Amino acid sequence: MDVMTWTYLLVGASFALYIGIAVWARAGSTAEYYIAGGGVPPIANGMATAADWMSAASFISMAGLIAFMGRDGSVYLMGWTGGYVLLALLLAPYLRKFGKFTVPDFVGDRYYSQTARMVAVVCAIFVSFTYVAGQMRGVGIVFSRFLEVDITLGVVIGMALVFFYAVLGGMKGITYTQVAQYCVLIFAYMVPAIFISLLLTGNPVPQLGFGSQGADGVYLLDKLDGLVTELGFTAYTAGVKSTIDVFCITLALMVGTAGLPHVIVRFFTVPRVRDARISAGWALLFIAILYTTAPAIATFARVNLIDTVSGQPYAEAPGWIKSWEKTGLIAWEDKNGDAVMQYNAAPDLNEMTIDRDIMVLANPEIAQLPNWVIALVAAGGLAAALSTAAGLLLVISTSISHDLLKKTLMPGITDKQELLFARIAAAVAIGIAGSLGIHPPGFVAQVVAFAFGLAASSFFPAIILGIFWRRMNKEGAIAGMVSGISLTAAYIIYFKFIDPASNVADNWFLGISPEGIGSVGMVVNFGVSFAVAAVTKAPPQTIQELVENIRVPRGAGAAVAH
Amino acid sequence: MNTKNDSDHQNRSGAVAYWKANIRLVLTLLAIWFAVSFGAGILLVDWLDQFRFAGFRLGFWFAQQGSIYTFVVLVFVYVWRMNRLDREHDVHED
Repeated sequence: MDVMTWTYLLVGASFALYIGIAVWARAGSTAEYYIAGGGVPPIANGMATAADWMSAASFISMAGLIAFMGRDGSVYLMGWTGGYVLLALLLAPYLRKFGKFTVPDFVGDRYYSQTARMVAVVCAIFVSFTYVAGQMRGVGIVFSRFLEVDITLGVVIGMALVFFYAVLGGMKGITYTQVAQYCVLIFAYMVPAIFISLLLTGNPVPQLGFGSQGADGVYLLDKLDGLVTELGFTAYTAGVKSTIDVFCITLALMVGTAGLPHVIVRFFTVPRVRDARISAGWALLFIAILYTTAPAIATFARVNLIDTVSGQPYAEAPGWIKSWEKTGLIAWEDKNGDAVMQYNAAPDLNEMTIDRDIMVLANPEIAQLPNWVIALVAAGGLAAALSTAAGLLLVISTSISHDLLKKTLMPGITDKQELLFARIAAAVAIGIAGSLGIHPPGFVAQVVAFAFGLAASSFFPAIILGIFWRRMNKEGAIAGMVSGISLTAAYIIYFKFIDPASNVADNWFLGISPEGIGSVGMVVNFGVSFAVAAVTKAPPQTIQELVENIRVPRGAGAAVAH
Repeated sequence: MNTKNDSDHQNRSGAVAYWKANIRLVLTLLAIWFAVSFGAGILLVDWLDQFRFAGFRLGFWFAQQGSIYTFVVLVFVYVWRMNRLDREHDVHED
């Protein structure tokens, strides 16, 4: 069978599965809609969290980014996994014990303030929207490349599917669909990796394979170091970023991960505090399978790319180069007119333009794997994008129906009405996200990377201090969140939008890039929070008792209010 | 502080001991978390690269593999120790 038939078959089968699950797991109440009734088994919650977390960017882009960044790419690997340690040890059990529906719920109740709740709602919606637009775009790209339909039609199909199971099923439908999506995406990621690892090194475990020797007896990474330095690049296993910048970016990504509302809300869906702890462990394990494979794929892909492209006559170029040229993801310009493809670090010698995303999407073709493996990557990419989009849309709809309407503007509405508003909000959000995916404003891609910095500098300190410092009050929290997020946002906006030309290491504060500034914002948030809380009056006795209460597991599920 | 009866007082001091043990465990695990990622994977990466481990330069391995494995182990150790701590201090669920 050809690739197209395989793709329709695998994508069609996976979609049928998601719809089937959605029908089976419809939500009947707000508790089911927001937190799946609080009855999700920990392993299932771990898988759902992993699928929720691993987006189109993790699946499609990350290995490609690492392939071109070498050791500097470690910031993503450590940053997007290390955050789960913070989440498991510092947040998940306590937020589960607190036992409400959303992150703004915690901020609003703990800081006994509607202002704090509103600040949190705005942050949650902003972070989630920037993120979801990227997912819809990912859906469109996969559809257009693999199924040769128009990008717009691809996005619309994706929207219809997410609409169906997110609006109908809420958190319950999403959770069980995400379990299926995790299985699809991890299988789709591992199969090509194992094939290629066997081809290049004879070792079926990619994590070990990229450290092994090739058929020529040379260690693969040493070979790659040699290949890239010959072409004028920095050695693959050495970095070009400064140590302080790598440190700050990694920290911002870790802390940002722990502060993302669509991840935190996952830990409200399990029955007990101990389930929240263990499901963070499962989630990290399931994520680590992909995240330890990604650097292996990156290494294999870079070696294969240089072997097949560099110095080869264009006339003898393999078929995948020509088929991906049509999508614009790869381009060749014969600058010196010798009909040979030159790949080089020097811009005036280099003739190849290679999009990062191609390293995962075209990897099976580059390694000449069977057609069904190529089709599998399409199904996996769609699973990754759709699962993340659904989780984010739920956060947006919950923020509106629960935090904004029920808790602030229309406290009198019934559970049924609130559920209806949640569904309407989800439907509207899908429409907006879809149109952002069809007509992506130039800033979306850039902003997504900074969502982490913004989450790190706003939510994380407020939540941590709310749990670990009984004396923390609303004045401290609001001042901290506002100062942290405005400093981070101002730095990013200045270097990315106002004066992009000056965005070089010499002009950065202490050599910290806009990607890493969230770490500084977080430190400022902590500092301001401490200072302001110390000179203003302590929180009311009931709040101090609430803090005592969430520190002890027993009694989770029972009402928290005194 | 408020006045309280004896059993309340006992609960309170039990909760304080539980919380202290919890903080100690969390700080220990976070020290390891910091050491493998920010330590071995970032600050000491160039120095560690002179050593070899399973074909990798050691610093590079920590940055792209070792730190992640350690993270997974840390969370499972935390779960196991906390569940035990909950029982010891009689604050466990069910």
